[in-house]
Amino acid sequence: MDAITDNLDLFVSGYWTSLKICLIALVGSLVLGTIIAACRVSPVAPLRWIGATWVNMIRNAPLTVLLFFFAFGLPEIGVLGSYWVFGVSALIIYTSAFVCEALRAGINSVSSGQAEAARAIGLPFGATLREVILPQAFRTSIPPLGSVLIAMFKNSAVLGAFGVGGDLFSVSDTLTSARGYAATPVLLGVAVGYLLITLPAGALLALLERKTAILR
Amino acid sequence: MSGGLVLYDVPGPRARRRQVILAIVVGLAAAGLIALVLHRLNAQGQFEAKLWDPLVNPSDKNFAAVWGLIGDGFVNTMKAAALAIAFSLSLGTVIGVARLMLGRWTRIPLVGFIELFRGLPVVISIFFASRVLPDLGVDLSGWPGGEGLWFVVIGLTAYNSVILAEILRSGVNALPKGQSEAAVAIGLSRLQTMGIILLPQAVRIMLPALISQLVVILKDTSLAAVLGVYPEMLNAAKYIYLNLDNPIQALFVVGTIFVVINFALSKLAGWVERRLSRSKRSPGQDTDDEVRYITDTAELAQ
Repeated sequence: MDAITDNLDLFVSGYWTSLKICLIALVGSLVLGTIIAACRVSPVAPLRWIGATWVNMIRNAPLTVLLFFFAFGLPEIGVLGSYWVFGVSALIIYTSAFVCEALRAGINSVSSGQAEAARAIGLPFGATLREVILPQAFRTSIPPLGSVLIAMFKNSAVLGAFGVGGDLFSVSDTLTSARGYAATPVLLGVAVGYLLITLPAGALLALLERKTAILR
Repeated sequence: MSGGLVLYDVPGPRARRRQVILAIVVGLAAAGLIALVLHRLNAQGQFEAKLWDPLVNPSDKNFAAVWGLIGDGFVNTMKAAALAIAFSLSLGTVIGVARLMLGRWTRIPLVGFIELFRGLPVVISIFFASRVLPDLGVDLSGWPGGEGLWFVVIGLTAYNSVILAEILRSGVNALPKGQSEAAVAIGLSRLQTMGIILLPQAVRIMLPALISQLVVILKDTSLAAVLGVYPEMLNAAKYIYLNLDNPIQALFVVGTIFVVINFALSKLAGWVERRLSRSKRSPGQDTDDEVRYITDTAELAQ
């Protein structure tokens, strides 16, 4: 276990880098995903097509292909940046497709009678959306949205394997390849790091799911 | 149901006119954006024949070699995915059934095992397999297909078997209680109840979620390219563009292959789901909703 105790500072800094990547990707993918979800449910047909194309293309391509495309394709057309920027952008774009689908499923789960009733009592469009539909849609979206975000944290490990330096995964690579520590204890340390996030997040999600469940 | 129906009233003449105008504006803006991107690609010489010819022109001297590489990569991707699916399904069934049949206390270690592998990124599982197994003295190099294949298969199986176990478990739990009660009433043992009454129905209603999981497995095989342990399709693309200096073109072709296969699989999952929820033998509306929810959630947790 020397590998872990000797390099605790490295593990901790790797942990923070992973969290930082995820925090940025969280905000970015929620914003982008919401915009695309809005496109997918809009009454304007071309917007719906754009949203559908985006989701179907990105959801069915591996994150790794997106990463490669960003890091090695974009420089070819003169878009330069660090691995860090490319990696986080790819993660945001990949996750946005899943965020969009979670939100859209939530909106579609609200029965049309709700909107009809809201219009029947004279609520204008904005109020129908704000007071009746979105609150219900959001509650239904919480469990799938939570799974998406937990999956995103796990996907951030791919960035580390890809060479975005400093995160929890790349710590294991540094220690085992460059510094010659035995792989088993190092990887156990890294695994614990990921589980420290994913297990409580999963438990929290299950709790939220029970609290926000609606009887239909 | 289309999203528009919930949110909006049937449009009147004025709203319809506004929508048409907006549609034209958005269409023009999108066309402009695409033109801009194409122009940019063109200005940077990305449509030059020497970048595309090895991929699209059969008379190019590299065409045969390039598609040979992509073909080998494709076969390797499919091989890893097929093995991972077969092992995950069998192991997942055992884990799922065990979790359902063990008592409250005896299943604790199993639940721990499930939570452990479910919470671990797949890329770590594969990396684990490639580093820790040799560390522990497990030598896979003599296995058919080479050790790289087995690192990927073991890593993918570790993750996907517990996911499939959980999908199967939700399937069994979603069945009406009367099913197992009736099985007990006619004198079947618990194992028989599980094997011939509950599991077949659970597999049937969980089929869409199981197919969606295939998409995940197929996509995750490409993690091997990042770790550099196994020559699958993305690795082939990498090899091609390192030699021919055409990353955009090579990645475009391989990316398209992935998208087409996975899109077809997703459509198949949707089709199976619609068929099942229409069929008269399906065990009731509640189960259908539950299934749709589980399917959606499984799809999203990628």
